[in-house]
Parts: sequence; C-alpha cells; structure tokens
Amino acid sequence: MTRNEHTVLEVDDLTVIGRPSAVEIISDVSITVRRGEILGLVGESGSGKTTLGLSLLAHCKRATEIVRGHVEVGGKDLASLSEQQVRQLRGRAVAYIPQSPASALNPALRLRTQLGEALHDDTLPRAKVLDRVREVLREVALPDDDRFLNRYPHQLSGGQQQRVAIAMAFVGRPELIVLDEPTTGLDVTTQAHVLETIRRMTREYGTAGVYISHDMAVVADLADEIAVMYRGELVERGRTDAVLAEPGHEYTRRLLSAVPLLRTEGHEEAEEPEEAPLLRISGLAAGYGRTQVLEGIDVSVSRGECVALLGESGSGKTTLSRSVAGLHHQFTGEALFDGEPLARSSYRRTAEQRRRVQYVFQNPYEALNPRKRVRDQILGPYRHLMGRPQDPDAVVAEALERAALPAAYADRFPEQLSGGERQRVCIARAVATKPDLMVCDEITSALDVSVQAEIVTLLRNLQDEGMALLFVTHNIALVSNIAQRVAVLNKGRIVEYGPVGRVMSEPRHEYTRALIADTPDFQPSFATAE
Amino acid sequence: MSGPMTDPKVEKVAKTAKRRPGLFRTAWGFGRTKVGTVLAGIIVLVAVAGPFVAPYEPTEFVAMPYETGVGGTVFGGDNLGRDVLTRFLWGGWTLLLLAASAAGIGVAVGTVVGIVAGYRRGWLDDVLMRFNDVLLAFPQLIAALLVMSIIGPKVWLIVAVIAVSHVPRVARVIREATRKVIEQDFVKAAEAIGLPRWRIMAVEILPNVTSPLLVELGLRLTYSIGVVAVLGFLGMGLQPPTADWGLMINETRQGMAVQPWPVVLPVTAIAVLTIGANLITDGLSRAAIGIDRGVEK
Amino acid sequence: MTRLIAVRLLFGVLTLWAVSVVVFAATQALPGDAAQLILGRDATPERLEALRDQLNLHQPVAVQYTQWLQGLLQGDLGTSFSNRQPVSEYLESPLGNSLVLMGLAALVATPVSLLIGAFSALRRDRGFDHTASLGTLVLASVPEFVVGILLILALGPGGANLFPSVYSREGGPEQWILPALTLALAVAPPIVRMMRATMIEVLESEYVQQARLKGLDERVVLWRHAAPNAIGPVAQVIALQLAWLAGGVVAVEFLFNIPGIGKVLMDGIANRDVPLIQAVVLLIAGIYILVNLLADVIGLAANPKVRVSGNRPSAPGSATAKDRGEDGAAGTPADAPKAKDVRR
Repeated sequence: MTRNEHTVLEVDDLTVIGRPSAVEIISDVSITVRRGEILGLVGESGSGKTTLGLSLLAHCKRATEIVRGHVEVGGKDLASLSEQQVRQLRGRAVAYIPQSPASALNPALRLRTQLGEALHDDTLPRAKVLDRVREVLREVALPDDDRFLNRYPHQLSGGQQQRVAIAMAFVGRPELIVLDEPTTGLDVTTQAHVLETIRRMTREYGTAGVYISHDMAVVADLADEIAVMYRGELVERGRTDAVLAEPGHEYTRRLLSAVPLLRTEGHEEAEEPEEAPLLRISGLAAGYGRTQVLEGIDVSVSRGECVALLGESGSGKTTLSRSVAGLHHQFTGEALFDGEPLARSSYRRTAEQRRRVQYVFQNPYEALNPRKRVRDQILGPYRHLMGRPQDPDAVVAEALERAALPAAYADRFPEQLSGGERQRVCIARAVATKPDLMVCDEITSALDVSVQAEIVTLLRNLQDEGMALLFVTHNIALVSNIAQRVAVLNKGRIVEYGPVGRVMSEPRHEYTRALIADTPDFQPSFATAE
Repeated sequence: MSGPMTDPKVEKVAKTAKRRPGLFRTAWGFGRTKVGTVLAGIIVLVAVAGPFVAPYEPTEFVAMPYETGVGGTVFGGDNLGRDVLTRFLWGGWTLLLLAASAAGIGVAVGTVVGIVAGYRRGWLDDVLMRFNDVLLAFPQLIAALLVMSIIGPKVWLIVAVIAVSHVPRVARVIREATRKVIEQDFVKAAEAIGLPRWRIMAVEILPNVTSPLLVELGLRLTYSIGVVAVLGFLGMGLQPPTADWGLMINETRQGMAVQPWPVVLPVTAIAVLTIGANLITDGLSRAAIGIDRGVEK
Repeated sequence: MTRLIAVRLLFGVLTLWAVSVVVFAATQALPGDAAQLILGRDATPERLEALRDQLNLHQPVAVQYTQWLQGLLQGDLGTSFSNRQPVSEYLESPLGNSLVLMGLAALVATPVSLLIGAFSALRRDRGFDHTASLGTLVLASVPEFVVGILLILALGPGGANLFPSVYSREGGPEQWILPALTLALAVAPPIVRMMRATMIEVLESEYVQQARLKGLDERVVLWRHAAPNAIGPVAQVIALQLAWLAGGVVAVEFLFNIPGIGKVLMDGIANRDVPLIQAVVLLIAGIYILVNLLADVIGLAANPKVRVSGNRPSAPGSATAKDRGEDGAAGTPADAPKAKDVRR
C-alpha cells in the first residue's frame, strides 16, 4: 500500500503510553486509508483500538500520551498543528462517531444546537447552517422538521440517537470518519439499517472510514480492508477478501473461527418432541404491573434437548426465562416440570424442583458474589438444596471439572478470574447440584468472541451428558449452531417455533426472514475450506 | 465454529493470580490516612490515659478563678480555680464514649433499616423512607436541643437523640448501596435457589456494602463528636461539675481574654480529633471509590 | 413536571405537619404542666386552676392540639411565659438579625466556593486542587463553634484584635464579620466539593469529549456543554447548605452573643419558656423544609429529562421502562453525584 493522492489517513509507527506506568497501550501501529474506503479495525476489549481511534483526532484520554510516530490526515501532520488548528481540523477533516450515542449526546442541549455547532463555521449565516443540518438529517433518514430539531436526545430511540451521531459527523463533510463500535447495543435489524446508512454515506461523500469493532462478521461485511489489533499491536493488515481467505496471523485465525456462522442448511433432522417433555409451558402470559410483556407462550423442552429462545431486546425472552426460574412472579398460564406444576415464585417450589432447574445469568461480572471464594460460590447452593456434602472438596472439584476449570480455582475470588472463567464458575455452580434443565440467559453476550466459542463448546458437552438447555439469545447464528429447536420471539409472542433446520432453511414468518437477512453475511473462505 | 481452543498463550492473558488489596490496606496507602490515624490516636490516648496521669482531682480547687502561673499547675486555674490540665485530661473520655456509642448505634440501626428497605422494596420501603424523611426534616442539633430542653440533659438521652438523628442519614446511604448490590445477578441467583430472605441480606448483601458502611461509620463518628461537643458548649450536654471538653469551653469562655488555656486546650483537642477522624474517613472513602471503579463492568 | 413538583409540595406540607405534631407532643412530655411552669413552684392551687382553664388544659389532648394548630395557621404562636409578650412580636427582631447573619454568610460562601470548586476541577490533581481539598476536608470536620473560637483567638481581642468577638447594641458593622465568616466557613466545604466533583464528572463525560472531538472552542465546551449539566446538582447542594444554616446559626449566635433566633432559643431553654421554644423550633424546621423543597424543585427543573417528559414522542415502550427503573432517582440525573449525600 503505497502512498498516493488518494490516501486520506496515514499512521506511522504510532505508540501511545499510559501515565504514570509508561505501559504501551498501542505500539508501533501503522495504517493507511484511501478515499471512499473503509478500514475495519478489529480487536477484543483492551486491545487498544479505541485509543488508536481517538489519536486519529489528536485526542488522548486522561493519563495517556503519544510518544512516537505520527498521524497524517489529509496531508497534515497532526503533531505539527497548534491547538487552534486541531480544532479547525476536527469536525471538518476528521469526525468521530462514538460507541454509545446515549452518553455522547449532551442531555441538556436540543438536537438543533448539537447538530448546528458541529459545522462550527462562524462565517456561515444561521439559515445556511440549518439548511445543511436538515439536508444531512434527510440523508440519514431522520425527520428534518422543527419539531424534531427541538427534541432532546433522551426523546429518541437508540437507533435514532445513533443516526443523529452519524449526521453530526457528516455535517462538516469530513475527509475521514472514525467509527467506534457504533452498533453495539443495537439489535440486528437496527444495526443493519445503521450499517447501511454508514456505507451509503461514506460512498456518497467519498469519505474514508475507520470502523472500530470487535465483531468480525460486521467488519467482513462492511470494510474494504481489515486491520487486526491484539494487545496494542497490529498483528495483521490486508484487503478484506485476502484476510478472510488466508489469515496470516494465528490470532486472526482464532478470531475468524470463533465467529459463529449462520448455518441455514445441513442441520440434523430434529426428533419429534416427547409425549411428556421435561418442561412444558402452555398459555403463558407475563408482564410488569399493567404492561403486558408476553402473551400466549407455548414452549416445551425435552430431556437432553437444547431449545433456543431467539429475540431482540424487549422481546420478552428474559422475562420468559426468569418465569421458568421462579424469579419473575407476574405470570399466568401453566408451567409443568416433569409433569408437576411449577409455582410462580422460587420460594414456593420444592427444593427438588429448585435443584433440577438451574439458571445461568448473562453477565458473569455480576453473577458471582465478589466476597466469596469460588469454592463457597459452588457449595452454597449445594448445601442449601442437597444438604451438607460428605466430601465438599470432591463436589467442588467435580463441578469445576465439568465446567472445564482446574480444581485449583476453588480458592480464588471472582476478581482473580477473567470473564470467561467467571462464566465457567457460574456454570460450575449450576451443574454442581446435578440439574436436569439449565436456563442460559444470553450467557455469551458479555464475553469476547473467542471466549464465547469456548462456552458454547462447553454447553454442547454438557448437553451430550444428558442435560436439557433453554438457551436464550439474540444471536441467530449461535442458535443455528447449538439448538435443536428454536422459538422466535417478537414483541412478546412466539412468531415461529420448530426444528432449527427447518426454521433456518425455510423460515415461515416474515420476522424470521428479516432476522436472517439482516445478519451480516459471513463466510470466510478459510473457515469453510478447513 | 471450530473445536475448543487449545492455544493457551492467547487466552490466558490478563489473569490476575493476586487478589486486590482490601479496603483498609488500600486506605492505608494514602498519606492522609496515616496522618489522620496519628492525629486521632494522640487525642484518643490523651482522653483514655488522661485520668490516670492527671495531677489533681477534677473538682479540686488549686488556684484563684482564671489565675495563671500558679505553682504546681501548668496551665493555671479555670473559672472556679480548678486545675485546667487536670480537667482537660479528665474531660475527653466522656466525649469519646458518648460519640462512639451514638455513632455505633446509629450506624447499626441505619444499616439494618437501609438494607431491609433497599431489598424488600414495596410498601415497607415506602413507609421506612417516608418516616426517614420526617426525621430528616429536623436539623440534627435542633432536634437534640428540643428533646434536651424538654426532658432535661441526661447521658442516655444524648446518645439516643444523636443516634436517632444518624439513622435516616445512614439508612439512605446504605439503601442506595443495597440497591446497587441487588441489581447484580448473584442476588437473583440466591433467590432462584430459594435462599431465605434474611440470609440473602446477611450473607449476600451485607458483605458487599461494607465499604460505604465503614465510610458512614467514620463520617457519623466525626459528626457525633461535633454534636456532643456543641451540646456541651451550649450547656445542654453533660452537667457541672463533670469535666467535659464541651462544657469546659462553655464555663470558661467569658474569661478567654485573660486565661485562654481552658478554652484553647479542649478546642484544639476537638479540632485535632475531628480532623483526624475525617482524614481517616476520607482515606477509606477514596479507597472504596477506587475499589468500586476497579470492578470491571 | 408540574405533577412532580405538586407531589413534593404536598409532601413538604405533610412533613411540616408531622413536625408540628412532634413539637406539640414534646411539650406534653413535660414534667408538670404549662400552668405550673408559668406560675412557678409556689403558685396557689386556685391560681393554677384558673390558668389551666384559661389555657384549655382540661380539654382532651387532641382538642388542645387542634386549637394550637389553628392559632399557628393564623400566625398566633402563643404568649411567651417569661415576658408575657406575644411570641410572634417578640421574634420579629431576632429573626431579622438571624436572616442578616445567614444572608451575609451565604453571600460570601457561595460565589467563593463555586470558584474554588471549579478551579480545583480544572486544575485537577495539581497543587491548588490538593490544597483546596485538604482545606475543605479540615473545615468540614471541625464543628462550627470550634471554628468560631479559633477565629476569635486569632483575630479577636485575645489575638490580633481586629474585630470584636461579642455583639453589642452600639457596635458597628464590623461585629458581624467574625460570626458571618464562621458560618461561611462552615457552609462552604460541601459546596466546594460538590462543584469540583460535578465539574470533573461532567468534564470527563462522553458528551464533553464528543464536543471537543467536534472541534468546538474550549469556551463553548465549558459554557454550553459542561455548565448546564453541572448546575442541577450544585444548585441543590447550595440550597441544602442554606437550609443547614437555619440550624447552624444557633451555636454561632450563642458564641458571639448575637440576639437572633438561636440566642432566643437558648434563652427560652434556660427559662423553660415553652411557647418560645416551640415557635423557634417550628420556624427553623419550616425554613429547613422550605429550602429543601426548593432544592428538590431546582433539581427537577435542571434536568431536561424531567422538564420535557410531557411530550415524549417515539419509542414509548423503552422510555417507560427506563422511568420505571429510575423511580426515586428522577430528581437527579442518574450519573451525577447525589447532592444529598454531601450534607451531614
């Protein structure tokens, strides 16, 4: 990649360190981006990708400092500019789209002010500024009337907020735009719309883009070129097709193979549901106060089977899983477990029922009591539900082993574990009581992709040992890989329910079809060849 | 999707085998905590050991009123001619004892109220918190004065009034902390297995609100010292002829221009003690904030 | 928003009522009764009986309370035991004095604290910040009468002899300096700390970072993006501090011998003048509750999420879910430091 007149961004040997520890946050990173192209910057949390992104705007977070290398945007070396010139550059030559617009939009200012000031050109008359703002709003498919301009950020939905952030970046017609995980927290459909907007805008404006993300699938879909960051270093860089076909670095390979592929074919023929399934839910309706969240839910889970509950945020999937666990009490309808009715509150269920249904939570950082050792986390439920064990050490060791953790971890506190390890401890805690059904509520969504893949493998093994799973997720690709049957939830109702193979290959409901279509196409040729 | 990852090099990166230092150790790392401990320690030592080393009896007359430079005395005599140094050495432990018991009781009750209100929500929370608001409508000192003026200054009453005035303030802080804790799923996990509510409060919640609890304890101790001292100063605390720092200031402030010692000594002691206590509290709260931030979310 | 304010108002009135019950109940706990207190130990039984009739002491407690409350609502605070003057008249001039003292303290403390706090935030972790933080910590810990005595020792007759330490009727304006300074020093630390904390929180927020990344002038960033978000919590703390002044004047007036309501209260306690005590406690609690209420309203008004909640347009589902989660915290932005935690 040689430098020519099309190069908008050039970064050479950039090194940023933290103060006062002098640890290198990013080391010797070099990238170039050409006009109208998008560079996908991929890495897991803590890889330094956001630090790199901010340095492209000559901005360093508190207690960080650029010590080596230089950044050139549109032919200007950022280091050589005065503070005044940097301000001139920002918003015009280079703009930034933040990760979470909910906190990056000022809650006290109307959209009119926030969008208008992004142009920050005092020579322009007010009317001209407003015209430009309206024009950009139309381009990102938002209303451009006064009513909309007078709104405050909190009056918009998540997708709208992100569009406002995009509009704000494009108002000044920048040459380079830095996007920091702009679709995190949005559901697939909204994500697809936002990505489409970004793609269209960069093309129309001829803007170069740096798209920071942890999601290989999104990047593969969007970027012309991929750069992979790992622990502050750039380990791989190349055209998207080439990287997907022949990843040069071990870490890239791992990243690629960890991404769950949406399998629309090749599923095994699902067995017919049992006559008397382990869990049968019929006619369930649930809500909070007067708001109805779920209606007419019929789902069943057979022994040793994995049933997925697929839905976007707000679809009611967590409410459903919590009702099964006895954590959500406001529901009507029938829940039979092994033929016996389940009381609404866990406190009214028999100890045996509580033992046989275990729940694993979404966020492993919050699901373990930080003041207890792993050993006590595991023994607590065991003692309460099954009585004092003969040999506590053996119980802990066995549970840890089933969760693929060494027995030595028993003496650790949660803070001494990584996210993936914490989630394994949560699973160990659940399997210690030898349950028949494990309810998994988005248990991989707080983890990095590579860790995600390991947890899924672990779940498969548990299932092979005869455990039934109710797997709650928003990720359709995951569903296609782990579940035998799937129930698709949309706005509190099950719109499609059947064997995974059938649902993935010939979805009957429009919503399922849209979900499959909106999921980024990801088929790295390297993975399929393997 | 591939099989399990076998390469341990990449995965096991930021594993921390060492535990983070606890609240006290972190707090001790701040210089101000050490200074605070020394300051408060000196005064506590004076208050506790004082009565044993005092040269006279606290009610013994050794000089003329407000007389200074009397042989056998270091700081002269007070408004009645009693030895200032002796009364100073005797006057601290009552203050410490009253303040400590008021703070202890107030924080203990406030913690229970706060955890129960925060965890149980619903009507119980509403009732407790509304009741709290009414208690809060009285400025601490005014409430104490009202009760003292009606029933008369009694020792148990001083402790009770100050403790009661602490309860709503502590309860609010602990309730907030409890709310943050119960948002976390480990409490839900305990509920899912049907752990009794009281055990959830004692085993899952209480250990996780110890940081704000300790900070509150320090804060309430500082304020208790202040209120006990003010009450003494206003003549509504311990009554004559008790030797008490607050009361000493009240009795002798008229002669401050001629004989400053009976005012200067207790005032300095109270100032140093409260500053010391607050420095420790500040160290604790900084440590608590640091520890809270350290938790990855 | 109007509804929220109405709820707070209603609650303020309820609290005031509860306070009146407590104050009235306190007098019922008196050993002996009011007639005995007024006439003293050696009153004849006949005179006691007559006075009891006059004071309605034979009526049931509930009736007595109702009559007392009715009187209160009409501004009749009763008659002082010790000087037989209507309490409302008697309190006029002391209240004026106290308000002057509180006003002076607030006038000095507020702008200075705001400046120090803001400057500390901008100079975070440098010399000025450390000094200011230590200074406020020390001032916040020491009881106000101790600060006052130390000031007297340093600047009063015993020390530099710059200002008088005791109020006298003939004294000039300089006799207000030490008491006002004492109160100002007592009130300032929480305002400084809150200002600093809020400014830091706001300056480190993502929206201020975003404003800088947009290339805005630093002045615009400060005044347009940071300041409006800092006003709410800080204004709340200022209001709470002013409320605290109502109780804080007692010890300071006692120390400097200023004839304000605090001094009246202490005199009333010394003379066991019950109507006077009742009136002053009610007055102080009233001011306290009123200013607290003001703090709540300011907090609500400064938060656009509350201010414009009336016309919530799109995504009603997500919005209501959020409101449900926030319930009690609706007054303060969830991410800002809580104002009320600052005050003792």
